[in-house]
Amino acid sequence: MSATTETNYHAGPDAVSAKKSRYRRVSKGRGNFELWSWVFMRASGILLLVLIFGHLFVNLMLGEGIHGIDFAFVAGKWSSPFWQTWDMLMLWLAELHGFNGVRTIINDYTEKDRTRWILKGLLVASALLVMVLGTLVIFTFDPCLDPSSTLSVCAR
Amino acid sequence: MTATTTDTTAGKTGQDSAKAGAVPSFTVTLKIARFNPETDTEAHWETYQVTSHATDRVLDALHQIKWDQDGSLSFRRSCAHGVCGSDAMRINGKNRLACKTLIKDVNPDKPITVEPIKGLPVEKDLIVDMEPFFDAYREVMPFLITNGNEPTRERIQSQADRDRFDDTTKCILCAACTTSCPVFWNDGQYFGPAAIVNAHRFIFDTRDEGGAQRLEILNDKEGVWRCRTTFNCTDACPRGIQVTQAIQEVKRALLTSRF
Repeated sequence: MSATTETNYHAGPDAVSAKKSRYRRVSKGRGNFELWSWVFMRASGILLLVLIFGHLFVNLMLGEGIHGIDFAFVAGKWSSPFWQTWDMLMLWLAELHGFNGVRTIINDYTEKDRTRWILKGLLVASALLVMVLGTLVIFTFDPCLDPSSTLSVCAR
Repeated sequence: MTATTTDTTAGKTGQDSAKAGAVPSFTVTLKIARFNPETDTEAHWETYQVTSHATDRVLDALHQIKWDQDGSLSFRRSCAHGVCGSDAMRINGKNRLACKTLIKDVNPDKPITVEPIKGLPVEKDLIVDMEPFFDAYREVMPFLITNGNEPTRERIQSQADRDRFDDTTKCILCAACTTSCPVFWNDGQYFGPAAIVNAHRFIFDTRDEGGAQRLEILNDKEGVWRCRTTFNCTDACPRGIQVTQAIQEVKRALLTSRF
């Protein structure tokens, strides 16, 4: 019986002491980042509801509806600073909202710090790519890109 | 005792006792996760059969196994009446106290699985190392913090003020909530519901003056913001504490202290 009571539980490979194992509490991550990310998630969610449903309504319901969407329709929309801003906001908020969600999932599911950093690196790179490219397209968009364009704005 | 021996001819065991008020008995199979750190590299299942009464708890079945069948089975229990919080374990996939779970309530027709609580290092069989859990608990400073001179008499508090944190005073630190939390399972760095519940107990206590410090601690990157409101903790709590609500109240207190 004394054998059981004096069991050295450090002996087994699975039974490492909590002080040495990955269960040891190491975190000292202070600061308000997680608070702001939590607030951003809610605020951007509400804003996105308005932006996305507004976008869908204008594109699919007003005027000719879905049949009216073509190159000229997009070109017309992006000639107005209002729609440029709208679309850019939608792009940024959706991308950051999604970025933050996936960041949370990575934090929740990866076990090793290395995997965590690799996945987050990929995530940051993809988010930056989408946001930079998208913003560039919205603001440098040229409706007369095609020399044979028949759009009225391109009439010389 | 004398009543049973003189009463009927058959009724030694409960099985054939048609006697009024007799407690029915049945055979139940328990599938228990066993792990001996001296010989095993990983846990394995072992099956035991015990005869139980409808009034028996899972803990009684474990006692029967340990005392009559296999003395090497290890598990923690102290008071055996749902107060000390020693015997939290995963019974049929759900965290419960073995001493508060009646066998008849966990479907004795099928084998009942009993495992150690998840997310903490297993020491032997159903015993886990609770140190990481208590580390998180200690970090939130679960004691009264005050400034200035001590009053000569007791610190007065209105009933309404006392009621504000009544729910979170019920915690018995059994770890059923923290070890039911999927965020805690991952790497054990999250403070966990139990630590937050015990911080809540002091944050919302009008006599305490360390609330701001505790909120700052729980604002950590592994603090309340990692809660995904899956409600596993609320389901698991053997004391019926509204754990998820307490965590949300701490979040709200953090937000209102900023805005």
